[in-house]
Amino acid sequence: MSIDNGADEQNSDILLDMRNIHIEGFSDEQWHPIIKGVDLQLKRGQIMGLIGESGAGKSTLGLAAMGFARAGCRFTQGEVNFEGTDLLKIKPSQRRKLWGTSIAYVAQSAAAAFNPAHRLIEQTIESATRSSMRPDNDSRADAIELYRSLQLPDPDSIGLRYPHQVSGGQLQRVMTAMAMSARPDLIIFDEPTTALDVTTQVEVLASMRQIVEQHNTAAIYITHDLAVVAQMADVIKVLRYGEEVEQADTRTMLSDPKQDYTRSLWSVRSLEKAEAKSEDIVLSMQDVHAAYGKVKVLHGIDINLPRGKTVAVVGESGSGKSTAARVITGLLPPESGSVHFNGEALPPALNARTPDQLRKIQMIYQMADTAMNPRQTVEQIIGRPISLYHGLSGKQKAARITELLHMIELDESFLDRLPAELSGGQKQRICIARALAAEPDVIICDEVTSALDQIVQEGILKLLLRLQEQYGYSYLFITHDIATVKAISDEIVVMYQGEVVEQGLKSDILSPPFPEYTDLLLSSVPEMDPDWLSNLLNARTAS
Amino acid sequence: MHPVFITIIKRLGLGVLTLLVVSAIIFSSVTMLPGDFGEAVLGQAATEETVAAFREELGLDKPAVVRYFEWAGAVLKGDLGTSFSGRSASGSDRSRSVAEMIGPRLKNTLFLAGVTAIIAVPLAILLGLSAALFRNSWYDRTVNATTLTTISMPEFFVAYVLILFFSSLWNVFPSLATVDPSMPLGERLNRIALPAITLTLVIVAHMMRMTRAAIINLLASPYIEMARLKGASRTEIILKHALPNAWAPIATVIAFNLAYLVVGVVVVEVVFVYPGIGQLMVDSVSSRDIPVVQACALIFAGTYIILNLVADIIGIVTNPRLLHPR
Repeated sequence: MSIDNGADEQNSDILLDMRNIHIEGFSDEQWHPIIKGVDLQLKRGQIMGLIGESGAGKSTLGLAAMGFARAGCRFTQGEVNFEGTDLLKIKPSQRRKLWGTSIAYVAQSAAAAFNPAHRLIEQTIESATRSSMRPDNDSRADAIELYRSLQLPDPDSIGLRYPHQVSGGQLQRVMTAMAMSARPDLIIFDEPTTALDVTTQVEVLASMRQIVEQHNTAAIYITHDLAVVAQMADVIKVLRYGEEVEQADTRTMLSDPKQDYTRSLWSVRSLEKAEAKSEDIVLSMQDVHAAYGKVKVLHGIDINLPRGKTVAVVGESGSGKSTAARVITGLLPPESGSVHFNGEALPPALNARTPDQLRKIQMIYQMADTAMNPRQTVEQIIGRPISLYHGLSGKQKAARITELLHMIELDESFLDRLPAELSGGQKQRICIARALAAEPDVIICDEVTSALDQIVQEGILKLLLRLQEQYGYSYLFITHDIATVKAISDEIVVMYQGEVVEQGLKSDILSPPFPEYTDLLLSSVPEMDPDWLSNLLNARTAS
Repeated sequence: MHPVFITIIKRLGLGVLTLLVVSAIIFSSVTMLPGDFGEAVLGQAATEETVAAFREELGLDKPAVVRYFEWAGAVLKGDLGTSFSGRSASGSDRSRSVAEMIGPRLKNTLFLAGVTAIIAVPLAILLGLSAALFRNSWYDRTVNATTLTTISMPEFFVAYVLILFFSSLWNVFPSLATVDPSMPLGERLNRIALPAITLTLVIVAHMMRMTRAAIINLLASPYIEMARLKGASRTEIILKHALPNAWAPIATVIAFNLAYLVVGVVVVEVVFVYPGIGQLMVDSVSSRDIPVVQACALIFAGTYIILNLVADIIGIVTNPRLLHPR
C-alpha cells in the first residue's frame, strides 16, 4: 500500500514527525496525563493503524497529529512536525490554514459530525473553497467525482441532500470525500466504521482504502478492531494507558506480536463455546408480527430457545432483533402470534403477566450506564428484585446480595458504590447480578458486550458461560458481532428485515451452503488476515 | 402538498381553537368580576327599577351563555360592540363603539412596540452572538452583567432614571410621550424615544442571553468540532455552523418578548403618559366597561397566539429535518 520509493532519502520522506508527545486532561479538579511521551513518524503515503482499548489515548494522539487538543486537554511537552513545521509553535490562525487542506479529519459518528443545517456538498467543499485553491464550480465538480469514485449512489445529486436524508454508511463515505476534497497530505480516520453494520463496513472500508491509495495520501487509522486495522494499515502501533506498547509493520505485528498485552488483544477472538443440541424448548415465539404504530417491524417470526442453551440472534441494525426481545418481555405486545414459556402462552402485554412470569424472564441491556438508576447504590440495585420477587429482607437479603456479588466475581466492597463509580465492565456485571437476583429461567442479553473493549468483553462472556454451566440459565443473545456469536452460542438465528432467515445449530449455520443473506453477513466479518479485504472484493466482483 | 404546509395549517387551526377557548375564559372571568355596571354608573341612589331597566337595555339580564354567543358571534363579524361608558342615569347616551376607542390606542401601542423591536431584536442578537464568540472574556462578562442589571431594575425606575438624565439634566428627549396622529413621524419618534429605550433595556437581556446560550449549547456538538478541524474560524463557526441550528429557541424568546411589548407595558405607558392600549384596559376594568375589557383581552391573547405561531413556523422552516423530509 505504501510507496517505499527506494530512490528517495529516508528523511525527506517523513511527512509527520511527532516527538515525545505529552498531553494532559482536566477532570476531578486536576490535570491527569493522557498521553505520556509517545513518538510517531509517518512517511508520505503511509497508513498507520493506531489500536488500543478505550482510554488508551488513540483519539487524543490522532488529534494531536493535527496540533489539536480537545477542550479540557492540553499539550505539556513535545513537538508535532508536519512537513518540517512544528504545529505546536505556530499561531492558531496558521494552524487553522492547514486543517482541512493539508491535514483532514474523518470522525467516528458521521451522523453527528455533519452539520444538520447544510447540504452535503456545501460541507464537502467547505475547506477547499475557503483556501481558494480553486473556484467553487471546480470544487463542486470534483466533489461529485469523489462521490462517484467512493461508489455513492447517484453521485450527481446526492450532495444536494441534507445529512439526515442519507444512511450512515453513505454519510461516512461523504465524509471521506469531504476529507479528500482539498487533497490533503494526511487524513486522520478516527474509528470511521465503528458505528456501522458489518455489511456496510466492508463497502466503506473498501472505498476508503481505494481512494487513499489512489491519491497516495498518508493516513492515521484509529480503531479498536484489529481485523479492520489489518486491512487498512501498513504499520500498526499499539497503545495502552497513553504509552506505546509496540509498533511493527502489519504482517509482522499480526503473526509475531512481541508484547504480552498485544498477544492478549489478539487472543480474545479465539474464545469459542462447544455447541450442544437440546429439544427441550423453554421459550418459543410463534408467527409473531409486531409493529411500531404503522411501521411493521416483525413479519411472522419463529424463534425457539432450548433450555440451558444460548441462542444468538444476529442481523444488522433495523433487522428486528431488539424488537423481538421487546415482544418476549411484553414491552411491545405483538399484533399477532404468541410467545410460549414452558409450554404455556404468555399474556401479550407486560401488565397482564403475573409477577412469577415476569421474574422468570430477565433482561440485560447494551448500555449498562442508562439501565441503572444513577442515584442508587449497588446494594439497592441488586436488592430490589430480591425483595420484590422473593420477599427477603434484613440479613437474608444482605447475604443473598453478597452471594450474587461473588457470583459475578466482585466483592462486598462494591455495596455502597454508585454506578458512576464503576468501570464499564463492572457496570455490566452489576446488571447481570440484578438479572440473576430474580432467579430467572431465561435471560435476554441485548448487545450486552457491544459497548465494551475486547478484553472486558471476553471477561463478561466467560462469566455468562460459567453461570450457564453452573445454574443452567437459557440465554437469548442479541448481537451483531460474529466473534461474540462464536464465543457464546449453541444455536444461531439470522434475522434480516424483520424475518428469520434461518435458525439452527452454530456449526450448521456457520458452514456452507449459506442462504444469500447469511453468506453476505458472514463474509463481511473482517478477519485478521491482511489480505482478507482484497480477497473478498476479488471474490465478490468475480461472482 | 409539502408536509411543512400541512404542519403550518394544522398549527393555524390550533391557534384558532386556542383563541376560541381563550375567548370563553375571558368572557367568564369578566362575568365573574365583582360588582355591577348598572350600580357602578347609576350610583347608590338609583332605584331598583332604574337599575333593572338599565341592565335590560345593555342586555345584562340575559343568561351568560346567551351573552357569550351574542358577543362571540358579533366579534366574528368584526363588531367588537359598544362601550358602556358615556351613558348616565339621565338617559343621555354619548357612548362610542369599542373599535373606535381601541383603534388609535392599539396603533400607538403597535408603533411603540415596533420601534422598540427594531432596536432591541437586532441589538440582542448581535450582543448574544458576540458574547458567544468571545465567551468568558471581559466583553462577555460586561455584556452579561449590564443586561442583567437593566432587567433586574423595575421598569418605572429605569424610566425615571432615563427621564432624569435625558430629559431633566440634558434635555435631549421629552419626558412626556403624548402623541397624536397629526404629528409628523420625526416628531412622534422623538416623543417615544424614552419609552422605547426603557423597553429596550428591559427586553434585551432575555433575548441576548438566550441567543448566547443557544449558540454555546451547540458549540459542544461533534459537528462544531468537525468544522474547527476543517479550518473554520471562530466567526465562521458561530455564524455558519451554529446560528442556523439555533433559530428555533431564539425565535421563541423573541416572540415572547414582542408579545410582552404589546400586552405588558402599562407601567411604562403610565410613567410617560403614553396613550397605549394598556392604560385603556386598566381604566376600563376600574369603570366596569365590560365590552372594552373583553376586546382588549382578546387582542392580547391573539397577539400571543400569532407571535408564538410565527416562532413555531420559524422553528419548522429552519429545521431541514422538517423542511426536507427523507
